[in-house]
Amino acid sequence: MSHSTVETAPDAQADWPDGIYALLKQYSIRQVALVPDAGHSRLIKRCLGDNELRVVTLTTEEEGIALMQGAWLGGERSVMLMQSSGVGNCINMLSLSSIHRTPMPMIVTMRGDFGEFNPAQVAMGQATQAVLEAMGTLVHRADRPEDVLPTVEASLKLAFNTFRPTATLIGQRVLGAKTFGKD
Amino acid sequence: MLAPSGKIDRRELTRALLADRGGMLVIAGLGAPAWDITAIGDSPQNLPLWGGMGGAAMIGLGLALAQPSRRVLVLTGDGEMLMGIGSLATIAHQAPKNLAIVVQDNEHYGETGMQETATRHGTDLATMARGAGIKHTMLVTEAGDVPALVKAAREGDGPFFGVVKVDAGNKPLVLPPREGAILQARMREHLMGPQAHLA
Repeated sequence: MSHSTVETAPDAQADWPDGIYALLKQYSIRQVALVPDAGHSRLIKRCLGDNELRVVTLTTEEEGIALMQGAWLGGERSVMLMQSSGVGNCINMLSLSSIHRTPMPMIVTMRGDFGEFNPAQVAMGQATQAVLEAMGTLVHRADRPEDVLPTVEASLKLAFNTFRPTATLIGQRVLGAKTFGKD
Repeated sequence: MLAPSGKIDRRELTRALLADRGGMLVIAGLGAPAWDITAIGDSPQNLPLWGGMGGAAMIGLGLALAQPSRRVLVLTGDGEMLMGIGSLATIAHQAPKNLAIVVQDNEHYGETGMQETATRHGTDLATMARGAGIKHTMLVTEAGDVPALVKAAREGDGPFFGVVKVDAGNKPLVLPPREGAILQARMREHLMGPQAHLA
């Protein structure tokens, strides 16, 4: 077992997590809801180090949908960071956006995707985009590092300009697949 | 304040919680709490929910964080709170001083045929809230304790979590507007003026 194996964490040289942080600031995000994910760990650290961002660690992702509803009601912009396995936890709660026309941008790191090792991740990973779209979410994928920032920016714009849930799916081709040392 | 059963009447409880409410914002869980806040008086400061079961407390959290100068009350039922019970840990962690949650606990799923909830069988929501880390909690079974609950919910240091055992009888339906875009937009306009619609 290699001790260097890290769960789908992006390459330490990759600069897109810092770029997403800059986009959150550019688009005046104030609340960041998240269930921790290795793929987002660098971005989460940047958010935690920023006193103008309120990081809300959730017990389950559907809480984040409701939090984004409340933030918008109170005049603040928010996003949710999560892993694709958490998307299934959001299904019914996403109706809040449909009921009220609430911007709800989500930035999702994929599992069960390109080169997945863990069988348990595949069902939800393969269903992620279909499930989000079934609930009215506009979904865009980024499968190359250079696509991540334009895609996140487009998803933020779509959410706040057109009042709906949007998602950026960051593929495992960008993140690398966790191999439990068995690659 | 009392129903014929001798238990607290939930609509009278709601009236007491909302009397002279000032700037207090209210999120009401779907079903009875939404009808109750509307019966007391529909207002742009109300968001009665038609869905999102399990999400009322978290909507209250997002609103309380966004509007720290306003008191935010989440009024919900035992079934709705049970569905989102994990959010109490999230709320305890964030510890917003301006957030209060009050559960009208009738020990039943009132909108779906009066099936019993877990609170009918020993589950104590106030204890669960304390276990989640919410320091200020109250369980009210007597009408005489309602004024103290109202004071804690309205003025006390949040987050506050109160449970009131209420009569399970049905009340006349008083329905709020069903168009959710209006319910959301009117509260945003109340808070931010016409600029809310240009954000």
